[in-house]
Amino acid sequence: MASWIPLAGLIVLVALVIAQLAVPSSRAWVWKVAAGLGTLELAALLYFGLVWAPPEAFMSDVGRILYVHVPHVWACLVAFTINVACAIAYLMKKSWRTDALAEASAEIGVYFGAIGVLMGSIWARPTWGVWWDWDPRLISTTVMLLAYVGYLAFRSFTEDPERRAAWSAAAAILGYVSLPIVWFSVRWWNSLHQVQSTGSTVDKPMRAVLYWGNVTFLTFLLAFIIKRYELARARQSSALELPPVQAPKTEVAV
Amino acid sequence: MRKPRISLLRASWLVLRKDWMIEWRTRARLTALIFFSLSTLLLFSFAMGPDIEALRRHAPGYLWLALLFASVLSLGESFRVESENQALTGLVVTPVEPRAIFLGKVFGNASLLFGLSLVLLPVAVALYDIDLSRAPLTLLLVLFLGSVGISAPGIVYSAISANARARDVMLPLLLFPVLVPLLLAAVSATRFTLVPDAQDQLPGWLKLLTAFDLIYLSVGFLLFPKVAEED
Repeated sequence: MASWIPLAGLIVLVALVIAQLAVPSSRAWVWKVAAGLGTLELAALLYFGLVWAPPEAFMSDVGRILYVHVPHVWACLVAFTINVACAIAYLMKKSWRTDALAEASAEIGVYFGAIGVLMGSIWARPTWGVWWDWDPRLISTTVMLLAYVGYLAFRSFTEDPERRAAWSAAAAILGYVSLPIVWFSVRWWNSLHQVQSTGSTVDKPMRAVLYWGNVTFLTFLLAFIIKRYELARARQSSALELPPVQAPKTEVAV
Repeated sequence: MRKPRISLLRASWLVLRKDWMIEWRTRARLTALIFFSLSTLLLFSFAMGPDIEALRRHAPGYLWLALLFASVLSLGESFRVESENQALTGLVVTPVEPRAIFLGKVFGNASLLFGLSLVLLPVAVALYDIDLSRAPLTLLLVLFLGSVGISAPGIVYSAISANARARDVMLPLLLFPVLVPLLLAAVSATRFTLVPDAQDQLPGWLKLLTAFDLIYLSVGFLLFPKVAEED
């Protein structure tokens, strides 16, 4: 695969995002296009990743899991960054749309992050010989994931929509701020015990497949977030327009 | 924006003094915390068995975990006392900055945790046979920085989870992931005040602790008014 192909995929993805944000009439079909495109890209990724790319020098075929593992973690980080941007935006100017987007991106981010960490663990077993290692990237992603699981649980346990929006925005910002500190502290703590493994240089065709994987899963991320956002908006409108809760009837109709 | 009648520091001090006074008059929270963390320390030694070498080596970890668990109780209680008679609403509508409530509450909690850690130290000496005489002042500094570091994000989370359903589960669920670097830094720094610090690692961990405190004090300082106005 030539190195310009992932770039072309990225441009199409950016065009879809712009269409979704700027052209209201396109909102009916953007997610469908993204989902369809993602499926096609995934089929191509299966071919490129499993057949076309050469086996990894040290890990042989095990290394191929990186084409899906790395993109999942990237998609997760992109989703959490969208989430914290929405949280800051909400605290500056209250808007139900940013709150819905924050909820959507957090949930989708947790999905991608969980799959990513799980695949990382599967990869670590034959490569490092253990399911788990005190690697800073691994720990900070997992801690981040835990923080966002707490965030989602908190959202579902708070009924008042306005309070939920403001409070969960604060929780999201506090959680996101911890990411660099966790990374730094674990790296420091761990480097005292063992030599840090460094990322080896990646060969050109493999890098192209890796980027292709990123484009594929970012396209899925777009489709998922749009659908989840619509769901959050629908829930909001039903919650906000609901008449006040009526007193329960004491008589039982026979 | 209404104009505060008194300065931020003075208002924070008043909130802190109010919390201390409530604590002093009831003494309920500190007593409960002391016995809770004492039994935590004791449970750690039971769970590990009577291997004094292992206990001594892991003593900093046990000490900080006991403080961390106690902090969940203390932080939860810190806003529960305000929910009676809508005292928090009263605090928020007074003509002071809500940030003063944040600062007062953080240092109120931090002083409580710091006092608790002072009570736990002799117990840790007895149970785990650690040597406190190596760097006692640095140890006190580590305990203080760690207490502030737990309280700064903890107060914001406590304020938001005080009104959620299942608040007792919510607070640790939100707080513990954020406190991972603090726990790492505090345990490592404590360890190097107890055993010889061959590679001179203590200053680095102290810097990390200070940075954590400053980051979360400033983020909490910025966020707290947004959180408090929804109460």
